Amino acid sequence: MTINRRRLMSRIMTSVVIASAALAVLPLIAILVDLILRGASSIDLAFFVENPVAAGQSGGGVANAIVGTLIVVGVAGSIGLPVGIGAGVYLAEYGRGRLGFIVRFVADVLNGTPSIVIGIFVWTWMVRPMGHFSALAGGVALAVLMLPMVARTTEEMVRLVPNSLREAALALGYPRWRTTMVVMVRSAWPGILTGGLVAVARVAGETAPLLFTALGNLNFRVNLMQPMQTLSLQIYVYATGPFEEWHRLAWGAALVLMGMVLVLGITARLVTRKRFTA
Amino acid sequence: MSATAFHLEARQLSAYYGANHAVRNVSLGIPRHAVTAIIGPSGCGKSTFLRCLNRLHELTMLGSATGQVLLDGEDVYAPGVDPVQLRRRIGMVFQHANPFPTMTIFGNVAAGLRVGPRRSRAEVEAAVERALKGAALWDEVHDRLGASPLALSGGQQQRLCIARAIAPEPEVLLLDEPTSALDPVATQAIEELVQRLKERFTVVIVTHNMQQAARVSDHTAFFYMGDLIETNVTRTIFTNPSQERTEAYVTGRFG
Repeated sequence: MTINRRRLMSRIMTSVVIASAALAVLPLIAILVDLILRGASSIDLAFFVENPVAAGQSGGGVANAIVGTLIVVGVAGSIGLPVGIGAGVYLAEYGRGRLGFIVRFVADVLNGTPSIVIGIFVWTWMVRPMGHFSALAGGVALAVLMLPMVARTTEEMVRLVPNSLREAALALGYPRWRTTMVVMVRSAWPGILTGGLVAVARVAGETAPLLFTALGNLNFRVNLMQPMQTLSLQIYVYATGPFEEWHRLAWGAALVLMGMVLVLGITARLVTRKRFTA
Repeated sequence: MSATAFHLEARQLSAYYGANHAVRNVSLGIPRHAVTAIIGPSGCGKSTFLRCLNRLHELTMLGSATGQVLLDGEDVYAPGVDPVQLRRRIGMVFQHANPFPTMTIFGNVAAGLRVGPRRSRAEVEAAVERALKGAALWDEVHDRLGASPLALSGGQQQRLCIARAIAPEPEVLLLDEPTSALDPVATQAIEELVQRLKERFTVVIVTHNMQQAARVSDHTAFFYMGDLIETNVTRTIFTNPSQERTEAYVTGRFG
């Protein structure tokens, strides 16, 4: 009797957790399937190499938005990754005192700050003084968004390095900063890189912080000081626009953006896996 | 005997973890080119004492030390002494083998040569070979110096750590229970190695294995509850100790 009850209970609980797991991956699969069904038809060579055409006309592509996304995210990464990693290393290796506590607390608050607030902040401190929207401002906004994520994962990764390695280096007469760089950071590097890539992928899809910073642009631009189009902005404008053609392009752009984020995510996975097989 | 007859000498050395007085006013001389064993039950302060000799203890959280440690008659705790420079003169091997996993076998042995005076590539290569031969590991790894140290067995990894410690040619070698995580065969290899190392270095070995102390050391110091109870030549400690607690410990009545 009790055995049977236990077996039954075990089966029920197993089913519940399996169902939860399935439910958790369902949205991703649904999104991917939907995107491919609706977006794939829009994707041809022209989609990647042509710029948008005037409203109401058919055809055109999102070349400007793809290049713009790469540039804005590139700016964000080249600011957010070094600063975030530096802050994370500081927190892990030196941040035991009051300053460390404050930095950690601020990072956690920043992590929870709505991204649109960061957009407004950058608008106030960069766009308004400069007098115009720019890709640079968009990159800065995304960098601010990345900072706490990168800093906290870096801190976690460096903390995971066994203390015995630190002692080995110190006992060899390594100064503290070299111990940090040569042993601690280098040992944690695959994890730091993974965290960085995940953060890059995360901000690549952001729209709200770019609305008042990069603004968007119908033309192909590579100048950091000018407004720039990104895929997320393009999707926002096209999906809310009145034209059937725009909706089609929005689905295509969404598929491309999703693909870019997936590639980054998979790269991040591969980097981590390499750590354990090497 | 003058003070400088000892290569290394602790004077009134105390070590603390916060308010916890872990090593109590220990004065102990370490003779040159000999093996000095430090024995005692777990928690008696023997490892902490060792870590005070190269000023590593002060880097542990809440760790602090008072008193003097004389290296060739000069106090390593004197103001103006750079502990980083000091640690290049006093090598250390830990209880668990801790090779750098991100470096190759060669890179591990060369790690200590990357700090301090600049060395040419040829000098580094020669020093690595000398250190690996000194640690009795050369024959086993000379054809795979570029491999990961994690591919080595536990005993080999510990000998690699010894090679890493002796590569920069320190004067003193501190061994903190170097064989406690190893099997008997690997332990024997390390013990034989320790016997040879004393020709080039002054060796201090912490062990909770009394047979090991009896086998490898020339002098033995017995620690109990943070106090140095007794020190003498090893044979005397094991056959005719003057303190009752030492006798009780070495005959296995406690600890």
